[in-house]
Amino acid sequence: MRPAEQETRGAISETLPPLSTALWRHHHVLDLDDFSREEIELVMDIADAMAEVLQREVKRVPTLRGRTVVTMFYEPSTRTRASFELAAKSLSADTVSLDATRSSVTKGESLLDTLLTIQALGADIIVMRHQHSGAPYIAARHISASTINAGDGWHAHPSQALLDIYTIRKHLGGLTNRKIAIIGDIMHSRVARSNIWGMTTMGAKMVLCGPPTLLPPGLKEFIARCRQGQVEVETELEKAVRDADVVMPLRLQTERQQSGLLPSIREYAQLYQINEERLSLAKPHALVMHPGPMNEGIEISPGVARGAQSVIEEQVTNGVAVRMALLYLVARGRSE
Amino acid sequence: MAKLLIRGGHIIDPSQGLDMTGDLLVKDGRVAALGSTGTRGDLAANDPDIVLDASGLTVCPGFIDLHCHLRQPGFEDAETIATGTLAAARGGFTTVCCMPNTEPPLDTRAAVDYVKQVADSEGYVRVLPIGCITKGRKGTELAEMDELASAGVVGFSDDGGPVASSRIMRLAMEYVSRLGLPIIDHCEDKSLSQDGVMNEGWVSARLGLKGIPAAAEETMVARDISLAALTSARLHIAHISTRGSVELVRSAKEKGVAVTAEVTPHHLLLTEERVMGINPDDNLSFYDVNAKANPPLRTKEDIAALIQGLRDGTIDAIATDHAPHTTVDKLCEFNIAAFGISGLETAFGCLMSLVHRGEMDLMMLISLLTCGPAKVIGTRYSGLGTLRPGCPADISIFDPSKEWVVDSRDFASKGKNTPFEGQLLRGKVLATISQGKIVYRDDALRMRMKRRA
Repeated sequence: MRPAEQETRGAISETLPPLSTALWRHHHVLDLDDFSREEIELVMDIADAMAEVLQREVKRVPTLRGRTVVTMFYEPSTRTRASFELAAKSLSADTVSLDATRSSVTKGESLLDTLLTIQALGADIIVMRHQHSGAPYIAARHISASTINAGDGWHAHPSQALLDIYTIRKHLGGLTNRKIAIIGDIMHSRVARSNIWGMTTMGAKMVLCGPPTLLPPGLKEFIARCRQGQVEVETELEKAVRDADVVMPLRLQTERQQSGLLPSIREYAQLYQINEERLSLAKPHALVMHPGPMNEGIEISPGVARGAQSVIEEQVTNGVAVRMALLYLVARGRSE
Repeated sequence: MAKLLIRGGHIIDPSQGLDMTGDLLVKDGRVAALGSTGTRGDLAANDPDIVLDASGLTVCPGFIDLHCHLRQPGFEDAETIATGTLAAARGGFTTVCCMPNTEPPLDTRAAVDYVKQVADSEGYVRVLPIGCITKGRKGTELAEMDELASAGVVGFSDDGGPVASSRIMRLAMEYVSRLGLPIIDHCEDKSLSQDGVMNEGWVSARLGLKGIPAAAEETMVARDISLAALTSARLHIAHISTRGSVELVRSAKEKGVAVTAEVTPHHLLLTEERVMGINPDDNLSFYDVNAKANPPLRTKEDIAALIQGLRDGTIDAIATDHAPHTTVDKLCEFNIAAFGISGLETAFGCLMSLVHRGEMDLMMLISLLTCGPAKVIGTRYSGLGTLRPGCPADISIFDPSKEWVVDSRDFASKGKNTPFEGQLLRGKVLATISQGKIVYRDDALRMRMKRRA
């Protein structure tokens, strides 16, 4: 047994099975662009252990006792926030939640000032959701707490991508050579961006599909430079969905019509909605996923959302275990 | 006024095609004479009050910056005329043209007079204000451009807030055509760039930032060229940044349209990838606000076209677009951080890398910083950008190979927003003489004063 393993076992053997965290090297979790396959697998393995905890009668282990986790949400969020808070509580961390839509932020305090205040209060881990791409990088650069990105602008949502990978793994065994189709508003999607990194690292073949006005300019060159041959960009839904192992429509915000990106929501639904007929083009076992919240009747038909192939609710459940794993790994990393 | 002798320097003056080793005598704030050291008519015989030993150094006309932001009046926490012109002096600039996006904007004689007055009493180098095209830079009504001209502006611009209406732009060009002063346009179709914060391309796609396409600049360059052809006005394209714009200006010049263009050092040296930090493998440095500029940093291909444009004369001048900002305005989320780079003090050192890499020779670089911009300013302020005897003694002295590391804490500018922080540069300005007065001197440059009796 390696020393790291031994130490881990000594610390938490009463509450969790022995877990080796020797592979972990992240002080922050900002995106999955710098995660190796082994690291993602480590998160998966630890999430399995956490899922077991969540099935106990008392869903709590003392692992993060005495650690402070601050959730800073600059954007409304239901599931991600609840998921992180539940994850932190299940690990016995002290949690403070800062609703930035209501705090001194509205009085004009800068992000950096808010961060320094939270640092002064003694935060160990900050979980940040922000409407601007890159905001968690400011936290990571300027304060000593570890930062977990809970979604920044259009950029990244690593915990969502990890729970997506976790869910796919549970059902399909793995992602290697699986065809994963992400459909819709790729341009504004942090989920799509983080999944590009995470899923391809796990060996998946991806197709990103949407109307041309909702594909970010420069996407093909980005793929060519960073993930050549692993990701296709497509505008025809049928091609994207055909023989897919996973079909993931993205939320279509109705503002996209107002800002002129789409002629109408109606036409979007006609062209890109995942309904029973279109889903039948995918492999018979194909999973239907959605990062939520859904606009049923727009990007996904109610029948598909609740159908036999849908794992959408399970994604939410898995999210807690995956976020426990992230908090656990980041906290372990800090104490070493 | 002190008699000053600059001795033994490598004198380069592109305005006269001059490239020699020799002495330069300054008297009464003007260039008095140039001569070879130790030959007949040695200038040392003139009994100078101050002798600067320029041996091993290059002596050239003081640089002219066609485009900078001095922030005064209105934004004195970001820069003042005093700090901005000292920054200019430290960068080798002896003339700076300041943009009118102050508060109040330079759209009245009173505002222009104020800038000139403060520059006279507190400035270190010559300040030539640029007046607004439209009242309040709102793009709807022409400013009183004739009065602004008589107050001494060298051109007109609504920089940062381009004139969206083609009709207003046409009227502005028609109106100023009799004044002989250029319309300087920040070419950007705001309806196309919208809330963009960086170049539109693979990096914006990767980082989830809204891009500004090259077309947002090029459509406006094309429009302005058409209007300049229509009105026979002089058009100057500010901070040109794309290959397409270079091609448009090149073909307009071939057709005889009176168009000139400038490019900034940062657009010549940095690409969009700089937004990911100095080392793109270090993810923690992503979203570097010091690489946020407007127009945005573009691509390798654009840089190649810009350099080609300088070589073939399509682009007439290099201008800094010095845009100092406070830390508060910069150190925030990338989307809301202010656009701009504090550039006066790094411009020359950065540009020398083009010479060291063999992209252009020193004569050409100096010409783009001196007689190039002087030509854009035109005849109204003649004698700028040259060392011809009788002209104002605006002189830069630099060591083309002295290495130094950029440290914004040493900047005279209040704006510490530089993407070149920590970078090793080769080429440093050691002294700047503005109208016969030494306004900046590095200790490395030896000076001897005449002993008073």
